[in-house]
Amino acid sequence: MDRVLKVRNLSKRYSKGCPVCYLKTGPDFDSNICPDCGSVVAAHDVSFDLYAGEILGIMGESGSGKSTAVKCLYFDQEPTGGTATFYDQGEAFKLFELNKAEQRRLVNQRFGMVYQNPHQGLNFEISAGGNIAERLLMSDVDNYDRIRQRAVSLLTRTEVLPERMDEMPKNFSGGMQQRVQIAKSLATNPPLLFLDEVTTGLDLSVQAAILDLILEIQQQSHTAMIVVTHDLGVIRLLADRTLVMKYGRVIETGLTDQILEDPQHAYTQRLVASAL
Amino acid sequence: MTEQAILRVEGYCKQFVLHEQLKVIPSSHNVDLEVFSGSLTALVGPTGAGKSSVLKGIYRTYLPSAGCLNYTAADGRDIDLAKADEHRILQLRRDEIAFVTQFLRFLPRQATEDVVAQPLVQRGRPLEEARALARDMLAAMNMPRRLWGISPATFSGGERQRVNLARGLVAKPRLLLLDEPTASLDLKTSDLVVGLIEKLKQEGVAMLAIFHQPELVKRVADRVVELKPPIMTDSPLEEIA
Amino acid sequence: MILAQQFGFLDEYAKKEIRRTSLKAVAIPGYQVPYSSREMPMGRGFGTGGLQLTLALIGAGEVLKVIDQGSDDSVNAVNLRSFIEMTCPGVGTTRVTGEADLIQSRHRIPEKPLREDQLLVLQVPYPDPLVVVEASEEKRKQLHGEADYSRLLVKLYEDIVKFDEITISHRYPTRINDHYVIDPSPIPRWDVPKLHMSKALVLLGAGREKKIYAVPPYTKAEPLAFEDKPFRVEAFLDEQGRRRACARCGCDNSFLDEYVDSNSGEQVYRCSDADWCDEQLARQTAAEVIYG
Repeated sequence: MDRVLKVRNLSKRYSKGCPVCYLKTGPDFDSNICPDCGSVVAAHDVSFDLYAGEILGIMGESGSGKSTAVKCLYFDQEPTGGTATFYDQGEAFKLFELNKAEQRRLVNQRFGMVYQNPHQGLNFEISAGGNIAERLLMSDVDNYDRIRQRAVSLLTRTEVLPERMDEMPKNFSGGMQQRVQIAKSLATNPPLLFLDEVTTGLDLSVQAAILDLILEIQQQSHTAMIVVTHDLGVIRLLADRTLVMKYGRVIETGLTDQILEDPQHAYTQRLVASAL
Repeated sequence: MTEQAILRVEGYCKQFVLHEQLKVIPSSHNVDLEVFSGSLTALVGPTGAGKSSVLKGIYRTYLPSAGCLNYTAADGRDIDLAKADEHRILQLRRDEIAFVTQFLRFLPRQATEDVVAQPLVQRGRPLEEARALARDMLAAMNMPRRLWGISPATFSGGERQRVNLARGLVAKPRLLLLDEPTASLDLKTSDLVVGLIEKLKQEGVAMLAIFHQPELVKRVADRVVELKPPIMTDSPLEEIA
Repeated sequence: MILAQQFGFLDEYAKKEIRRTSLKAVAIPGYQVPYSSREMPMGRGFGTGGLQLTLALIGAGEVLKVIDQGSDDSVNAVNLRSFIEMTCPGVGTTRVTGEADLIQSRHRIPEKPLREDQLLVLQVPYPDPLVVVEASEEKRKQLHGEADYSRLLVKLYEDIVKFDEITISHRYPTRINDHYVIDPSPIPRWDVPKLHMSKALVLLGAGREKKIYAVPPYTKAEPLAFEDKPFRVEAFLDEQGRRRACARCGCDNSFLDEYVDSNSGEQVYRCSDADWCDEQLARQTAAEVIYG
C-alpha cells in the first residue's frame, strides 16, 4: 500500500500562547482554553498516516479540533507546529514548508475539498459547469470543448443531469449543490480528498445517496479521503479507520468497527453508547 | 497432522473496561485454539462463554486484552493480530480474512449482487467480473434470481443471512470466521451451507466457526474447542487497573 | 503675484518618480507599478494618469498628438492638448499620427502602425483586469504573482456558454510576455493585436488608481482565449456578410464607428481614427489627380 499522507504532531494554537498552554488544556482539563494566558489550543499533537484508497474518519464534537486539523492540511489555516508530508507521483512534499505558489498548486490540482456549506466550495456567481471549468482552468486545461466534456462526465458521475450544467448553483437543491461540489473537487482526479461534514444538514435520504456516491468514488478511483464528521453513522458507513478528537487532542484511534464496538476511552464509550 | 496451523491463538483474553460505570466485564478467558487450512475448528460453549468475542478479537473488531493471535499470512510471515498495525489488518481483511456475522451491513442503495461482489471489487477485480462471480454465488445459495438486482433492505432474516454468507465466501478467503452462519436458515438451506463449507475445505480454506446447532458441529467440525464462561468477579475498576 | 511656472506643471520630483516608475514598468512587462499619482487641475477620470505620463516624458522640441476615441477634436482631447501646450513651452502638436513623437490616447490605438521612435500613452480608468473576479487587492496581487488567471478564463467560459462567443468588446484581458494579464484600457478588441510585438513603447497610466504599466517594444501581447475558441476582432459585416467600409473614405480595413444619419435615419459607418480617414481620403484625391 502506498502512503499518501503522513501527519506528525500537528498543532494549531490561536494567539501567542504561553509555556503551559499544551500542559493545561485537553480532555483531562475539559477545555481547550489555556487557563493561564487564555489562548485557544484548537489542535495539538495530531498524528496519523493515510494510505491510497483509504478513508480516514476524524470524529468529534464541535470545538474538538477536527476541522482545524483538516484546514491546516488544506492550507486554509497555518499550523503552529508539526509536520505533514504528502506523497504524490514519486515526490514527497513537506506541506508546511512549501511556498504559497506550491501550496496553491496542490490545492488546485492534487487536493480536493468538499465543504459542509456549498457556498464555501462553489462560486455561486457562475454556473455549475463554470465551477468545474474553474478547477480545470487552474490546471492549465485551455480547450473549451474538452472542459465541457469533462464537466458533463463529472456531473453524470455525481448524478447531476448534464442538461443542468449551465444553471446557477442557487437553482439546485442542497443535495444537488453537494453533488456539484463533489464533481468540482474531483475535476483534476486528485489523489487526496477532504470532506468536512458534507452530509450535515441534508435530509436523511439525500445523506444516504451522497455517502453512497462517496464510497463509489473511493472504490472506483482509489482516492484517499479524510472525512470529518460528528456523525457516527457517517463514520460507520465510510471510514476504514477513525480518529476520535476532543478538546483539540486525539484521544483514540483505531479501526472503525473497533472504535464503535470496543471503544477504549471513556469519552468514546459515552459517545457510542448515546448513539446506539 | 504435521501441518502447521495458519492461526494459533494462545491465552486470548478479552474484558471490557467500562469507565462510566467503573466496571470490568469479562468476556473471553484464556482461550487456546488452532485453525488449519482446509479444516474447520468449531467453538462451542454456553452463552456468555465469549465465543463471538474470540472471532471479533481475531478480526480486531475487539482489541484483545491479552494473548497472542499468531496468523501466518499468504506471504509466509507470522503476524500477531492482536498487535498488528491497523493498515496491515485492513489489508488482511481485504485479501485474506473474511468474517460472516449474523448481521448484514450494506449501503442504502446497493443491489444485492453488488453487496456480494464488494469484497472482489475491493481486491481490484473489474466490476462486471465481480458481479458475475457474485451471481454464481447467489445461485449456489439458492437465492431467487428476482432478488439479485434489489437492495437487501427488505429481505427476511434468512435471505439476509444467505447474502451475508455469499459475500463472505465469494472471494475465497484464506481464513474464514463464521458466527452462527446458519442461525436464521431453514434445514434445506443449512444443508446447502454445509455443502459449501465442505467445498471450501477442499479448496484449502481455514475456518473458525460458531454454530448454534450441535448437530452441525458434528457434521462439519474437524476440531472442537470448548469455552467456559469466565468467572464474574464484579470487582471495581481500581482493583483491576 | 505671478509664480514662475514649472515646465510640464509637475515638480521635478514628481516627474522623476513617474520616469522611474515607467522604467520599472518596462522592466516588468504588464506589471502594475504603483506610484503617487498627483493632483491635477482637472477631475480624476479625465485622463490624469495619461497626462502625468505625458508631462513627465515629453520635452521641448518634441511633437505631441492627443486623441480621444480616435478624434483629435473631441472635448477631452482638446482640453488635454491645450493644457499641455500651456504648461510645456516648446512642445509642438500635430494631428498626424506619423508626425508625433508622443501620442496620448483614450480608447483607441491609431490605425497607422507606430514606429520605434514613437511612444504611445494610454489613459486607463481601471488597471486591474482581476477586479471583476476578486474584490480584495491583496488576493489580486497574489493571483497576478502566480499568473493565476483561471477566474478570468471562467468568465470567458461563461460568456461562450451564454452567447456562444466571447462578448467582451473593450478592455479585453491580455497576457503580456507570458505572465501578467493587463487591462489594456478601454480600447476595442480591434486594437488589441496592435499591442503584440509593437515597435513603439506603450505606457498605460491610471491616475485615480495610481498605477503605471507598460507593453514594451517587441513584447508578446496575447489576448486570453481558449485553444478551440480563439480571440477574434470585430468583423464589421453587413447583412450580406460583406465587410463594411467607411462612408467617408471607403476604407474597409479600419475600426468603424456607427452613426445614425440624422436626415435619412440610416446607419452610417465611418473610420473611428480621424487622421487615418483623412489620410485615406487624401490618398484617393491624389490618385484621382494622377489617374482621373
